[in-house]
This record gives sequence, C-alpha cells and structure tokens, in this order.
Amino acid sequence: MSHEQLARLAGELDEVEVVHNTPKFPIPGTRAEKRAERTVALWFVISALSGLAFLVAFIWWPWEYVNVGEPGYTIYSLYTPVIGFTFGFSILALGIAVIQAVKKLFPDEVSVQQRHDGPSDEVDRRTVIAQLADAGRSTTLGRRKLIIRSAGLAATVVGIGTGVAALGGIVRNPWAEGDEAPLWHTGWRSENGETVYLRTDTGILSEIARVRPEDMEPGSMMTVFPYRESERGDETALLHAQRASDAPVMLIRLRPGTVVNARPGQEDFNYGDFYAWSKVCTHVGCPTSLYQAQDNRILCPCHQSQFLATEDARPVFGPAARPLPQLPITVNDEGYFVAQSDFVEPVGPAFWERPKTT
Amino acid sequence: MSSITTPTSSPGGGSSKAAEALDQLDQRFHPAAGLRKQFNKVFPTHWSFMLGEVALYSFIILLLSGTYLALFFDPSMEEIVYNGPYDPLRGVHMSRAYESALEISFEVRGGLFMRQVHHWAALLFVASMIIHMFRVFFTGAFRKPRETNWVIGIVLILLGTFEGFTGYSLPDDLLSGVGLRIASGITLTVPVMGTWVHWALFGGEFPGTEIIPRLYIIHVLVLPGIILALIAVHLGLVWYQKHTQFPGPGRTENNVVGVRIMPQFAAKGGAFFAVTAGVICLVSGLFQINGIWSIGPYDASHISAGSQPDFYMLWSEGMARIFPPWEFYLFDTYTIPSAFIPTAGFLPVLFLVAAAYPAIERRFTGDDAIHNLLQRPRDVPVRTALGAMAISFYLWLVMCGFNDWIALFFHISLNATTWAGRLGLLIVPPIVYWVTYRWCLGLQKSDRAVLEHGIETGIIKRLPHGEFIEVHQPLAGVDSHGHPIPLEYQGSSVPKRMNQLGSAGEPVPGSLLSPDPADESRALAQARHEAHERELAEREERAAARRALESRSTEELSGRPDDGGRPQQPGD
Repeated sequence: MSHEQLARLAGELDEVEVVHNTPKFPIPGTRAEKRAERTVALWFVISALSGLAFLVAFIWWPWEYVNVGEPGYTIYSLYTPVIGFTFGFSILALGIAVIQAVKKLFPDEVSVQQRHDGPSDEVDRRTVIAQLADAGRSTTLGRRKLIIRSAGLAATVVGIGTGVAALGGIVRNPWAEGDEAPLWHTGWRSENGETVYLRTDTGILSEIARVRPEDMEPGSMMTVFPYRESERGDETALLHAQRASDAPVMLIRLRPGTVVNARPGQEDFNYGDFYAWSKVCTHVGCPTSLYQAQDNRILCPCHQSQFLATEDARPVFGPAARPLPQLPITVNDEGYFVAQSDFVEPVGPAFWERPKTT
Repeated sequence: MSSITTPTSSPGGGSSKAAEALDQLDQRFHPAAGLRKQFNKVFPTHWSFMLGEVALYSFIILLLSGTYLALFFDPSMEEIVYNGPYDPLRGVHMSRAYESALEISFEVRGGLFMRQVHHWAALLFVASMIIHMFRVFFTGAFRKPRETNWVIGIVLILLGTFEGFTGYSLPDDLLSGVGLRIASGITLTVPVMGTWVHWALFGGEFPGTEIIPRLYIIHVLVLPGIILALIAVHLGLVWYQKHTQFPGPGRTENNVVGVRIMPQFAAKGGAFFAVTAGVICLVSGLFQINGIWSIGPYDASHISAGSQPDFYMLWSEGMARIFPPWEFYLFDTYTIPSAFIPTAGFLPVLFLVAAAYPAIERRFTGDDAIHNLLQRPRDVPVRTALGAMAISFYLWLVMCGFNDWIALFFHISLNATTWAGRLGLLIVPPIVYWVTYRWCLGLQKSDRAVLEHGIETGIIKRLPHGEFIEVHQPLAGVDSHGHPIPLEYQGSSVPKRMNQLGSAGEPVPGSLLSPDPADESRALAQARHEAHERELAEREERAAARRALESRSTEELSGRPDDGGRPQQPGD
C-alpha cells in the first residue's frame, strides 16, 4: 500500500472520513506560492530579530533601579517596556508565522468523524452491573450486619479523628479570654492604671508626639494612636500600637459652636470641641479617613459609608449600620490629651456575638 | 559495526532514523493504535471555541511566571526596615513580604516585567473564563451530556477569583492590605461561625502574623493544584465527549465536522498559545500594573481614595457599596451584620444558581435529549434574554464597584451614583431582558424573511403601473410562477447581503503592488477546480462502495437476495 492509501486507511479505522483535503498550491513554483512561502518566512525572521533584540536589551540595557530625577532614570524606566515589547513581539510573531503557514500552505481540510454518544451497549451495561452485584454477594458482606455496622463505626470515628487532627492546629477560640477577649477591647485600655496618651504619627517611629489641644486648628482632623510612657524607646511596642487594626482614632476638632447630639451616656466623652471617634469603619473595617469640615461628614473611601459628626458619628449614608464608637478623652494636668478609658463598645466590623448597641 | 561501515547519512536518513526511533518506542509501549486514534480526532472549528483556549494558555503562563516569582518572594510578616534602592520608602517599617515584592520589582533583572506578566495573565485568565462561559451559555453547549463540564467551569471561575485574590493580597502593600482587611471584615460577618473562622484563618485578630504565609501556600499550592486537576478533567471531558459544533452542511448530532488534530489543529493550537503569550508579554511590558511601591506598606490607619480590587472582585465590591444598611439583631444579643447579605451571603447563592442552570433549564423545557449541535442565541430567546439580563446585572455591579471614579470623572454627587446603582440594579436587568427577547424574535423574523423571499439586492424597480419594488434574490431559485421557493430554517446563519453569495467577485491574486501572471492564476484556479471535482468523485465512489457493502451484508444476514439490496431487519 502507498503512503496515501495507508493514511486514508488510518482515518477509516477511526471512522474519520477526510471529505476535503486539497493542497493550496497544486502547481509548484507559482508566484503566488513563493509569495505565501516568503510571507511565512518573513514572520519567522521578524520573530528571530525581535528575540535577538530582547536578548541584547535584557543583558545590556541598564536595568538597575534609578530614582526619579536622577541621571539615567529615563533609560532605566524604559527597561521593562523594551524587554516586554521585544520578548512579546518575538513570541507573537512566532505564533503569527505558524498561523500564516497553516492558512497559506497547509491543505484546507474538512473531516467528518462519527460520534458514539448515549448509553453503552446493553451487554456492557448489564454485565458490569451483574459483575458488581456478584462481587458484592461473593464477599458475603451483604448479610453480615455486624460487620457493616462496626465498619461504619470505625470509618466514622477515624474520619472525625482525621478532621479534628487536620483542623485542630488552626482552630482557636476567639473567646478564650472571656471578657478579656481581643474583640471586646483595644489598645486604648489602660493596663495597671497607666495613662494612655493620644499620639500622632510623624513618620518616624521613635519620635513621640503626644497631642495637645493647641496642636489642632478648628475644623481639622488628626489620626492618633494609644501611647504609654512605658513604651518610650520600645520600637516593637510602638509599632504594635500604631499598626493594630482596632487602634486608629480620628481626633477631630469641630468648628466652635458646632452642636453635637451625643449618644446617651456619652455626653462627657468629648473635650470641648475635640471628639475622638474610632477610625475603623463599622461596615467592614476600612479607615474612615475623609473628614469634610464644611458639613461635618466623615466618609469611608472603601464603600462610601458616611457618618455625621454632629450626630455623634451616626451613619447617614451608605452600607454602614452603626455609628463609629467614640473614645472618651480628656486633657491631663500636663496639657496632653489622654483617654478616659477604652471604647465602651467593640470597634470596627460587627460579628455574630456582638450585642446590640445604639 | 565500526564507525566506518555505519552509514552516517543516506537519502532519507532523517525519516529512517525517526522510523527506527518510533519502532523502538512501539516495542516498549505499543502506542501506535492509541496515538493514531488521537491524531485522527476531528475538532470542529469556530472562532468562539478559542476563548477557553485563551484561559488554558494564560493559566500555563501563570504557572510559569508564578514559579519564577516564587524563587524571589518571601511570604513573611516579620517587621523590617526598608533599606533598598527605592528612596521614598527607605527607613519605612514594613513586612518582609512587602520588602521582597519590592526587591522583585527593583532588584531582580526583569523581575518587574515578570510580576506584570503574572498580574496581566491573571486578569486574562479570569476574563477569558468568564467570556468562555458566555459562549457556552448562549449557544446551549452546556446541555446534556455536558452539564458536568458546565459545573466544573463554574467551580473553576470561583477558584480562579479566589486564586487571584490570594495572589494580589501577598505583596502586603497598602492596597492589598485594605483588601485583606475587607476580607477579614466579611469573614467576621458570617453568622454563628464568623469569628471562629476568622480566628482559624488569621490566627487571631486582624492582621496577625500568619495570614500572608497561609495565603501563600494556598496561592502557590492548594488552589493551583485543584485548578490544574479540574482543568485536566474539563479538557478530558471535552476530548472524551467530543466538541459541540454549530449546525451546517453535513453536520448532524451524530458526527463531528472539522479538522484533525494532525496537522491543522495541533499547529493552530501551538500558534495560538504563542499569540496569547506574546500579547500578554507585550501588554505586560508596555502597561504598568499594580505598582506596589507607590502607596507604601499596609497600615490599618491609612487608605488611598479610589481603592479598587482587581476587576473580577469589582462586582462583589459594587454589591457591598450599594446594599442598604440592613442589620439584624436576634434577642439584642446576636448580630447579623449589614455587610453579610451583600457579600458572604450573596456570592455563594449566585454561583449556586449558575451551577444549577442546566438542571433548571432541563426542568422547565423538559428537554432530556442529547445535544451535540449548538444553538444560535436568537433561536432560544428566553435563555438568551436571561443571559443578557445576568450580564447586565453583573456589569451594573462592576460599575457600582467604581462609582467613586464615576462621580469624580463626571462631577456627579457620590451619593447620587450610589442611588443610581441601587435603582439601576432593579430596573436595568428586566429592561435588558425585554430588549434582548424582542431582538431575538426580530432576528428570527429577518432570517425567515430571507429564506422565504430572498436577499434584498438594493435594486429598486419601478413597475409599469408606477409601484416601486425592491428586487430580491431568492436563495433556492423560483418556481414556475416566478415565486421564490421557500427554504426551511436549519439553525445556521443565513446570508443577508449579496456579497455573501459572491456577487462582489473575487480579488485578483497578487501582491499589494502587482497582480500575479494571469496564466499562472488561471492554471492554479483550474488545478484547484479539478482537485475539487476529483474529491467529489472519490467521495461519491466511497459512498457507493459503502452502500454496496451494507446491502451485501444485509443480504447475507437476511438470506433473501432478490430484495434488491434494500436495508431490512435481519430477522425479516
């Protein structure tokens, strides 16, 4: 048999009929054929050239970081675009070349293959079921209830054991400390009666900037963190106080004469026009960073919950349902802001165990 | 044999060596029959069948680029002070994870490019999966027997978005940290077990020191492993059940019409991988993405305005933004937080509905048949309208996810965009449903009109009594009265313009500058025509031989040779 006949047979053996498969250029050497060939080759050459350019650029183009404004920055900033373009274009051109080869040189093809869908042959279906049933019967397990029940017991217990072993290491009790559980309190709680100051972040961790009323203009806002004198010089403790997710507080100095409708029992949480509200949004916990002095609104940029300072930070728009907790503050003898106590309710996003507060 | 007597090269040396190698291979693994079957496999071709391929290829690129990044990334939440080449951050306290992500960007040759390849490929991966799902949905490719693959596809999209989220959370910069903070808040909202799940995931209060290492192992091992396995099953099922095809000449429910794996499909598949990879690399080189250095490390008290997740998370972000502040309390001691319903409560429901859609449709239509021929969206108006409605719902939520940008660019009140989002989510999808439904019916009518009367030629004729008519070109000729012979709609596209019937002729073969020699072009056309005729004749021959074979075997079985070879029941 010739190659062609064998190839045809290959199809027939797999129920494939090649209906249409004629060469693109039945007459060799025409101008059209040469042009097709050259087009394909051109794309391969473009790919090779671009690949070469990539190699050269990757190795010799200055790639080490240069800061903005320093000499050589422009050249450096072009490194990624240059290697990306040359590399990407070389691969793209390779793909285009192969597609061009398929379209221009490979024969057009239409083949038809038969499908065999649906259920299996009746013989197969019935024999396999019978085989399974027979396998089951031959073990005699079907009539041994004791074995089945004890095996079920063993599988269940081992399964539970595996599950417990798998999860045991990662499950932790959020309420292990009871009333002291982390969700109930924040870093603003005073330990051993030590004074908790309001400290602002100057960008330098070791620099302690305690806040005094005269540090703020009316209608301004400052983000403050808890600080205790025992933490002075202790970078770990300072960093922890500053990075804790429930610690950030917005200290806002309202314009004089602004009346705040305080929540019952929280009438003395402020110090004059100074109010401290938790900066952690009661929706899902983003910092409510935007304070708009003109209309006393506090906005969370994540989901646009808006809280009204004059309503004691009650939500007035957006998805948040609860007001921002207020931190009770006052000014001590030295003239610094200090926290009277911790927040009187949990801070940030709500959770199942959180009791209703107003 | 010495090297002198061994022929080092001979005519056809290459192919004889290949034959020898194949022979050796076959003696050990005897793959000949199995391989032939695979090489012979016929795949139908249509541009829309590439969308799933794009997803596959971008996943391969994700595996490769991700492995490279893993060589340099250190998923540690240990606090360090940055001291690298990037001036604005020098002296800043940050996690080791963020520092190593900065190192990849600034201190690894080509590292920034690789990071951008990984990020862009991730976007393309999810986007192409979603568009692939649209294709499967609108053409009814999910119908029996392919419901399993639909469900696997939905799971893959879900896992793909989680894989993306865990990935972009790793650098621990301000943007990703805020994303994690939101994820932590959402976890806390889950009724009954929220705090417990949060403590298990984060090892305590947010952020703790365990989340990045855990996300890392989930991102580089657990999820990619599951995704890879599911992709293997997904493709295996496509291979095993054979691909669906659009209706067309010679195409039935019982065959596949297309090209064989060898050589066409394999060559095009390989080339298309190169095209996908090439485009991703081009985009990644030219367009910066996720410049993690610009807004610094995560800090619970910091945020930048206009913070958005990657696009595949935008719709859940949008839902979180526009959902009203509905919080529920049980006995004043337990809380179902307002953020629960639009996030952790809503997304699983949506994915479940999507996964169950084939079963839902089968229930309503009562259609339990096996389908291998695809449908045109216009022929199934209800499904198409439902799909368009779902897409409009999705896109509307995506827009709600960046309503702050819309407010900024168009100088609209932010709260107005939120209200527009709330109202639009209720109003837009039903309108889209109705418009799509009517549109489908209109397209159906337009197809029928052409099949009955022919194509509008654009030629206006004035009849002797003054009436103007447009001349139509019937598709199936005319009857003895000159009326067009109507054709039956066959579920495939109908020509609507005369060009599609070849009325515009063919371009003259040649290059851009000069035509080919006329005699060559004529000879080529002639040779092609002859080859076509030969194929038709051969095909007819084979069909005749098959008929003869069938009738002979029937005769032998039935034992009644005088029945003229008509097919009969063997027991007749």
